[in-house]
Amino acid sequence: MKVLEMKDVGKVFYTKTQETQAVSHLSFDVNDGEFVSIIGPSGCGKTTVLSLVCKLLAPTSGQVVLNGNSRVGYMLQRDHLFEWRTIEKNVQLGLEIMHKLTPENKEYANGLLKKYGLWEFRKHYPSELSGGMRQRTALIRTLATNPDLLLLDEPFSALDFQTRLTVCDDVYDIIKKEKKTALLVTHDISEAISLSDRIIVLSARPATVVAVHEPHLSDIPSPLKRRESSDFAKQFELLHGYLHGDKS
Amino acid sequence: MKNNFTREHLLFLRRQRVRKTLIHVTQVGVLLLLLGVWELAALLGWIDSFITSSPSRIWKTLVELIADGTLWKHLWVSTWETLAGFAIGTGLGYAVAVVLWWNDFLKEVFEPYIVVLNSLPKIALGPIIIIWAGTGKASIVTMAVLISVVITTITILNGFLETDKDKELLLRSMGANRLQIFVKLVAPANVPTLLATLKINVGMAWIGSIMGEYLASKEGLGYLIVYGKQVFRLDLVMTCTVVLCALAGLMYALVSLLEKAVVKKY
Ligand SMILES: Nc1ncnc2c1ncn2[C@@H]1O[C@H](COP(=O)(O)OP(=O)(O)OP(=O)(O)O)[C@@H](O)[C@H]1O
Ligand SMILES: [Mg+2]
Repeated sequence: MKVLEMKDVGKVFYTKTQETQAVSHLSFDVNDGEFVSIIGPSGCGKTTVLSLVCKLLAPTSGQVVLNGNSRVGYMLQRDHLFEWRTIEKNVQLGLEIMHKLTPENKEYANGLLKKYGLWEFRKHYPSELSGGMRQRTALIRTLATNPDLLLLDEPFSALDFQTRLTVCDDVYDIIKKEKKTALLVTHDISEAISLSDRIIVLSARPATVVAVHEPHLSDIPSPLKRRESSDFAKQFELLHGYLHGDKS
Repeated sequence: MKNNFTREHLLFLRRQRVRKTLIHVTQVGVLLLLLGVWELAALLGWIDSFITSSPSRIWKTLVELIADGTLWKHLWVSTWETLAGFAIGTGLGYAVAVVLWWNDFLKEVFEPYIVVLNSLPKIALGPIIIIWAGTGKASIVTMAVLISVVITTITILNGFLETDKDKELLLRSMGANRLQIFVKLVAPANVPTLLATLKINVGMAWIGSIMGEYLASKEGLGYLIVYGKQVFRLDLVMTCTVVLCALAGLMYALVSLLEKAVVKKY
């Protein structure tokens, strides 16, 4: 089942001095339960694509189709936890906004906190947590509203390399356990290979699909272990080639 | 956690404490020295205490003013005016900031007006206020409001506009409307801004009310000061000034306490 269909989508930004074509003739699908990554050179329009998917922006041309009443949860680059709210209250933010703070939903959010090791910290403020825990909180905040499609915009880029690897593993684990469909934006090729079922490579601005690649590593459960797989380097070379324009 | 300090840490804390005490002692010392020199100079006739007054004369005047109830009456009037000006000025300024944040169009329309109003010396409006609001408390409160309201709007609006755009994006991706963005994000994120504004406004409201009393009034500390000047009783002028210092300091301290209690979280 398709959760998301992008049909020949184009997006143009107008400012006082210029007109920027950020996305052009972009088409791709995301299927239920899939983990799809989008990679592309910086400034090519990746964030714009996610904004289009969650309807923060309207496409200039083409169509963005979300299956039925699929709901979308957006996780941004930084955790953006509200410093004046406890972890528990941060996690409930989406529910509050959607007027869905029912006892069952609260219970679900609390369940996520318990399951992913943040229950003891529920009364703490974000400043008392480590970077990795904050990121996990941000993910749980996104999951608490029970979205059908998760959008992740470089969610690990604010972390240092070591933390990044473990948090990446952690987040992947949670997304798989909760059986979510995910669309991840990154400029890190290794991250894309180790996490995804499918990788969509975008061109430089205006973004359009250059190639679609399937890593076929899903029999290895942990993204961290996938990095040690024998054809990881080959796949890296291939994607690197796509990104830098030599398609040989 | 508290009792696991290392010896070096304890030493460090001790040094900090000693330094703090030394600062307080010196502060009091400076005051006493000043008062002492002033008193001595007056006593030995180096200065004319008829013009400069002296600590002992101020004290005597203060006791008299308290005894005959004059002080309380005027002090109460000024405090009341200042508090009213402070509350109305801050509230109104905040409300205007909310409206201008809400509506970009209005913000751009009113920007130049606010800039002009901010640079205008409000005392220039004194005569107009007196003609419109009379010479009673109303015009003095109006003065205090005028002085604090514009700066409140400017400071608070700046805070509102500087609120993290990505956090706003996050809320919008959850489907938040403008009211929710304000209540859940912009208002709480700007509690420190509001508290800073309160601190500024303590001073502003006092300037406004005393200036108002200078212009036109029958009571209040500002009135007493002007009266003292007219009948050339410098003791009265000085005493009122001292009382004013104490009052403004007290109000500032109260706001600081509030800030300490609230700001920890933000
Ligand atoms: N609101 C906007 N108004 C005008 N131009 C915009 C706007 N948002 C994005 N752009 C432009 O569109 C292009 C794509 O931006 P976008 O943020 O989607 O790129 P990105 O691939 O996410 O970049 P990065 O790798 O830096 O995260 C950029 O040239 C940017 O300047
Ligand atoms: Mg981006």
